[in-house]
Amino acid sequence: MTEEFTYSLDADGVATITWDIGPDKSMNVLSETGIRQLDAHIDRAIDDAAVKGVVITSAKPDFAAGMDLNVIAAMREKGEASGQNPAKTVFDYIMQLHGVLRKIERMGKDPKTNKGGKPVAVATPGTALGIGYEIMLAGHRRFAAENPKAKIGLPEIMVGIFPGAGGTTRLIRMLGLMGAAPFLLEGKLSDPKKAKMAGLVDEVVAPEELTAKAKEWVLSASEPDYTKPWDAKGFKIPGGGPYHPAGFQTFLGGVAMSHGKSQGAYPAIKAMLSAAYEGAMVNFDNALKIEARWFTNILMNPSSSAMIRSLFVNKQAIEKGARRPAGVPDMAVKKLGVLGAGMMGAGIAYVALNAGIEVVLVDRDQESADRGKATIEGLLDESVKKRRIDAAKKDATLTRLTATPNYEQLQGCDLIVEAVFEDLGLKAKVTEMAEAQLGPDAIFASNTSTLPITELAKGSSRPDRFVGIHFFSPVHKMMLVEIIKGEKTGDEAVAKALDFVRQIRKTPIVVNDARFFYANRCIIPYLNEGIRMIAEGVAPALIDNAARQAGMPVGPLQLTDETSLELGLKIAAATKAALGDAYEETPADDVLRNMVTHKNRLGRKSGGGFYDYDARGKRVGLWAGLAELYPPKAEQPDVAVVQNRLLAVQALEAIRALEEGVLVDIREGDVGAILGWGFAPWSGGPLSWVDMGGTQTFTDLCEELAATFGPRFAAPQLLRDMAAKGDSFYSRFATAA
Amino acid sequence: MTEAYIYDAVRTPRGKGKADGGLHEATSLRVASSVLEHIRDRNNIDTAALEDVILGCVTPVGEQGGEIARTAVLYAGYDERVPGLHINRFCASGLEAVNLAANQVKAGSGSAYVAGGVEMMSRIPMGSDGFAIGVDPYIAMKTYFVPQGISADIIATEYGFSRDDVDAYAVESQKRAATAMSEGRFDKSIVPVKDQNGVPLLEKDEFPRPGTDMQSLGALKPSFKDMGETMPGFDAVALLKYPHLEKINHVHHAGNSSGIVDGAAAVLVGDKAFGERFGLKPRARIRATAKVGNDPTIMLIGPVPATEKILRESGMSIADIDLIEVNEAFSSVVLRFLQAFDADHAKVNVNGGAIALGHPLGATGAMILGTLLDEMERQDKETGLATLCVASGMGAATIIERV
Repeated sequence: MTEEFTYSLDADGVATITWDIGPDKSMNVLSETGIRQLDAHIDRAIDDAAVKGVVITSAKPDFAAGMDLNVIAAMREKGEASGQNPAKTVFDYIMQLHGVLRKIERMGKDPKTNKGGKPVAVATPGTALGIGYEIMLAGHRRFAAENPKAKIGLPEIMVGIFPGAGGTTRLIRMLGLMGAAPFLLEGKLSDPKKAKMAGLVDEVVAPEELTAKAKEWVLSASEPDYTKPWDAKGFKIPGGGPYHPAGFQTFLGGVAMSHGKSQGAYPAIKAMLSAAYEGAMVNFDNALKIEARWFTNILMNPSSSAMIRSLFVNKQAIEKGARRPAGVPDMAVKKLGVLGAGMMGAGIAYVALNAGIEVVLVDRDQESADRGKATIEGLLDESVKKRRIDAAKKDATLTRLTATPNYEQLQGCDLIVEAVFEDLGLKAKVTEMAEAQLGPDAIFASNTSTLPITELAKGSSRPDRFVGIHFFSPVHKMMLVEIIKGEKTGDEAVAKALDFVRQIRKTPIVVNDARFFYANRCIIPYLNEGIRMIAEGVAPALIDNAARQAGMPVGPLQLTDETSLELGLKIAAATKAALGDAYEETPADDVLRNMVTHKNRLGRKSGGGFYDYDARGKRVGLWAGLAELYPPKAEQPDVAVVQNRLLAVQALEAIRALEEGVLVDIREGDVGAILGWGFAPWSGGPLSWVDMGGTQTFTDLCEELAATFGPRFAAPQLLRDMAAKGDSFYSRFATAA
Repeated sequence: MTEAYIYDAVRTPRGKGKADGGLHEATSLRVASSVLEHIRDRNNIDTAALEDVILGCVTPVGEQGGEIARTAVLYAGYDERVPGLHINRFCASGLEAVNLAANQVKAGSGSAYVAGGVEMMSRIPMGSDGFAIGVDPYIAMKTYFVPQGISADIIATEYGFSRDDVDAYAVESQKRAATAMSEGRFDKSIVPVKDQNGVPLLEKDEFPRPGTDMQSLGALKPSFKDMGETMPGFDAVALLKYPHLEKINHVHHAGNSSGIVDGAAAVLVGDKAFGERFGLKPRARIRATAKVGNDPTIMLIGPVPATEKILRESGMSIADIDLIEVNEAFSSVVLRFLQAFDADHAKVNVNGGAIALGHPLGATGAMILGTLLDEMERQDKETGLATLCVASGMGAATIIERV
């Protein structure tokens, strides 16, 4: 068995428990083996009279990345296989973990008199997340090494669970509900300095002094120092419990605010708040049991499994190169050329510069190139203002940038990303001009969002080294990058694109070339479905509210305003031109035409669309004229019907993309949907969403929607086949990935 | 079946619910006991003949806790064999106490009851007893909990009442209350609260602001806008429940919402034999009672389904009712009632209501029943309805007939 935790005792009587899960792993994660070993070491330290106290630390540069999420996934499976109520098995398991951490906290104190015990200091050299930080919380004094890159906190809520190893109960008892809320409800992470200010750690010390300082504290600690406030008499939760006058206001407001902000879409937020509320009214040990019951409740909820799968396991797998062609050596970008210094081009250059890559930004004249440079400077200034970087760092970053109209400067670039105007002729021209300057190994990429890569590659002298890299706007904020393989795109081009995306720390998906690729292909029907409801007399507020309640970050009408109604109309026209007679005119086209052509409602940036905006561009309310143009009917549909239409129309498009081979890996379909356009994260993505209810149920829903709202909802053959066989996406395609 | 009659109804004046209010220095028990004493003394009854004393009280903590009905029975010097029952149906508690009494009399369980309620809002602030529905995340989210003011604003938004509509209603309430007071229409029921030496503390309602007009109300800021739109953002919760609304129109403020006041009320309910024994003439028959639960988020629409139910069960229509009291918790509550039944405002809340006079939570139901009966006698009308909206989405109603 691997020694994940080792134990040593020094001459002063301080036992050191050191966490290191092995040289092949860069970060510690807590496994079942680890839990047992930690437990045994703690027992030994309690039992050995020579031990005065304990320091728990890590031999790695960081303390821990968290729980091995496979353990969490396994908990549920074990529960289901146990033959008894699976919730009972999961609950018992969680209570065992609580037992270990509580043992660290009590260190053998007499249960009646509260006397005795031994001091435990936990010392993190770097990052301490999730269970890692929960172990720190169980200790009596928390030390962090000075390390501005380290992150400390409880990010569980981001993957659909909540801190369930005492983190919720302990942090609320330390900071009060109000103080703990950003860390529990938003998963806010802090560097050691900020963590100390917030009360998450007690001391920040020089890295080389970390264990020495921790030992020093252990040797000088007296009994009150290692008695937790909640184990002492008269303990009260800071800020008060739910029926204390001040605490009442906190709980009242906190619940409402969380409910509104999360749109009620996240079971983990509800469960975490219930654990906080119910736990606040009982003693600590009962509060832990309550936390464990709600944590069990969340682990048994399909939403948490789906979120963990997509947002943690599969996102990581994709980022680590699950789709990278085998056998291609590292192709990290050293010098990047960006063609076109508009918003997209400048954004791409900016993220590359931040990754330490040298960038040549080219536009048709110096003035245009400088405008791009100014955009980049603006973004850097913003980072300086927000204290993410200092002025020296800004200057150093800018030294890596060359903004020029001169294509000769592209010499030596190993990757070009073209981001000029969406015009086939123009793109062919700049491709040719750039390629003339490039070495034989360089890769050329287009950031097109609408033009086929295979078509664009015809303008290249080496189509096997031509690839699509589709960024989303704003580039520095959007996490997804779509890599598009044209007919002739070779492995090295794909590998290059993937390595570039890894360098700029975004998440890639690799799809095949087809109209609108994957993301836009799915989002356009979402927008159109919302717009056509207006024509049907559905209240516009209901359309956008229903979408948000379903977990979409922005309703289809608001999103259309953002992307502009004019663009919507243009896309419709282009699609019509491409499809010819096969194009079906929809009521959404009518609405867009009416709004744009007759009412001059072009979108947010042009003074207003479905909504009105004030002078600063802030949305103030629905445009009053909309109700005159399309009066809402007296009888409104059920919110669930609106939601089913808006989600199903996207999921169906994802399934068709898979069926047609545009989407190759279902993991990318789900991860890409959440990161690319915010598809209801609670669901784990469109395919997970379908799996959650089952393919048969979804097929039935599609039939029903098709009968009422039209053939666009007809179930694709792939879906029908799966339903007939009782397959789910994650059972059928698990090995294809 | 035995009939249940109202023999008498009394109430204290409503004192401002603040430290400078006329009743503030009196304990809740003194105020509750004062109505028990008055109804006993002016009807000259032997309290040993009472089956029970039922008192509504919404915030039963501190001096209002520990079973205030039983304590008031002893404080007022009633026969110790009369037990005392405290009940809580929030704002309808006072009416529910009368309904419970009436229905027990009708069923033959006891001959007579004193039923009413008390609330000393200046001494025991509302909410001091805690309420899980707002702070327990499970139930708060399940029911889309919002405070009542937000609910009142949801009613205004959903049913289309503008700020002018709700203000105009409030102005009319003040006007009617002023007329009623100047003509002495409340004198029959009002009994003073006295100190231990018999010196009156308060003899008249002190909450109304007779000069209130559209202009003075127009200057008031909406009370629930901030908590709705910014901190903590209850509107977002409301829109989860009512997604067809784009936003909540915040129209309510202190001037068009019920006032926070102190007060108590008591109603003497009994069968025929009880009246005969003490030589009392019944003033009205309690014809029907009803209570309902409804959507807890919009919460305050209860008078509509409660009235529908009571009319349906007693085979009546709204046209059969001569006079109506709908508790003025908020303007929009009454406006919604008028709208739902297309009712004539001239016969609804004839003497104003809680906007002008105040709303001592546990007592109001019994108070408006007394006000209704007084007005039925003044106008010589036959049939009356009293109804109230109730927190957490409930409603209660009573129909009385003169005999």
